[in-house]
Amino acid sequence: MIELKHLYKSFEDKDVLCDINAVFEKGKTNLIIGQSGSGKTVLIKNIVGLFQPTSGQILYDGRDFVKMSKRERVMIRREMGMIFQSAALFDSMSVLENVMFPLDMFSDKNEADRIRRAKFCLERVNLQGAEDKFPGEISGGMQKRVAIARAIALNPQYLFCDEPNSGLDPKTSLVIDDLIHDITQEYQMTTIINTHDMNSVMGIGENILFICDGHKEWQGSKDQIMTSTNEKLNSFIFASDLFRKVKEAQDLEQ
Amino acid sequence: MFIIEGLASFGRYLELMGRTFSVPERWRMFMKQYVKEMIQLGVDSIGIVLLISFFIGAVICIQIKLNIQSPWMPTFTTGYTTREIMLLEFSSSIMCLILSGKVGSNIASEIGTMRVTQQIDALEIMGVNSASFLILPKIMGMVSMIPFLVIFSIATGFIGAYATALLGVITVDDLTVGLQHAFNQWYVWMSIIKSLFFAFIIASVSSYYGYTVEGGSFDVGKASTNAVVRSSMLILFADLFLTPLLS
Repeated sequence: MIELKHLYKSFEDKDVLCDINAVFEKGKTNLIIGQSGSGKTVLIKNIVGLFQPTSGQILYDGRDFVKMSKRERVMIRREMGMIFQSAALFDSMSVLENVMFPLDMFSDKNEADRIRRAKFCLERVNLQGAEDKFPGEISGGMQKRVAIARAIALNPQYLFCDEPNSGLDPKTSLVIDDLIHDITQEYQMTTIINTHDMNSVMGIGENILFICDGHKEWQGSKDQIMTSTNEKLNSFIFASDLFRKVKEAQDLEQ
Repeated sequence: MFIIEGLASFGRYLELMGRTFSVPERWRMFMKQYVKEMIQLGVDSIGIVLLISFFIGAVICIQIKLNIQSPWMPTFTTGYTTREIMLLEFSSSIMCLILSGKVGSNIASEIGTMRVTQQIDALEIMGVNSASFLILPKIMGMVSMIPFLVIFSIATGFIGAYATALLGVITVDDLTVGLQHAFNQWYVWMSIIKSLFFAFIIASVSSYYGYTVEGGSFDVGKASTNAVVRSSMLILFADLFLTPLLS
């Protein structure tokens, strides 16, 4: 479980995150949603330690990440996996080498076991046969799946995804969403996904945090989101024609 | 303002070097990267070093013969001068200036692209010391390979000079006597020692510019240019101090 307590982040004079309080539960797909520029990426970068919060607490199962020493941070980072918007695969390495990388760096297993584990992770994301290809030779969807395989190679307790569906078609997005959801339940990880894709929200949003202009506006599940009375949330959700029509159809049925 | 920015940049460079020179987390991975960098930065530069050194050796020989040699000077002057130029300046300083263009832009653009495509962030989140993982093998690889490049450059320069004998510019005997005349072995060592400093400058300064890129592809290009310009300037400055120190 990850808890945020009174989290603030400012860049010079500009407050980007203001008093964010949230709980992200284990074994659930936790979503952070909001418009572009609302502070989603800054929030996730604070949570994983790429940015240092101005004030507040980030608790990983009770362990305060902000107060940790450099050494402790390095150790806790080995319990994290992250999928970046751009997949961030190492382009000088093959698909198999990319997945093996965290194992090569931090595992004491022998080479045969490391290869076996990497191949298992690739099979888990349905990428068997692509081991020798390079990131530049595979599609965006496949790159995201390699990124997922790399992220789960060390059996992390925490999985972070920064707009995993960015640049993907709706069908591939569904595949990636389902994969993240299944893996979260299978490995009982605390997963946080940063997205503005409403299909993801309605598909896998078990716990959703909506932020607007750096403030927490709403938190709930996908079942509660359609009936919310929060104006800012509604203006975000129903900006899409499709969701407006779904809402109208629901209202008519009632 | 310029001085403050320069000092701030130097401070960031020192800080990065502090992170770079730490014990590798996995020696197996370090050795893998180290061998890769020796090939990419050193072995892959052999071609350009041989080509340029051959022609420069030949041209120096022709220029000296045509412009300096006269009936009043000993016949070994051309060979002697060619050797001194190759040993004292060309094969260390000028060759490193050329390499700062090839290797420096390669390092800065590679690391800069990794920065803007979040590959460095991915390393950091995994708990890897990205500076040490990426930069240390490059510095070590470059410093290990440069003595070989210097020796190849000197040898190929002499071969170039001998090639001019085929054109009838100079006789092989005169050139051989000149190349052997008053040979001081220390000059070879001096050339190698200077090149070690220059190799460190090329690899570390270019890595610094690549590592600190912010933005997109335009900024990677700018960092690559800055890396070449700054490392070339620093090589010239270092040469100015090292030459009297080692002579």
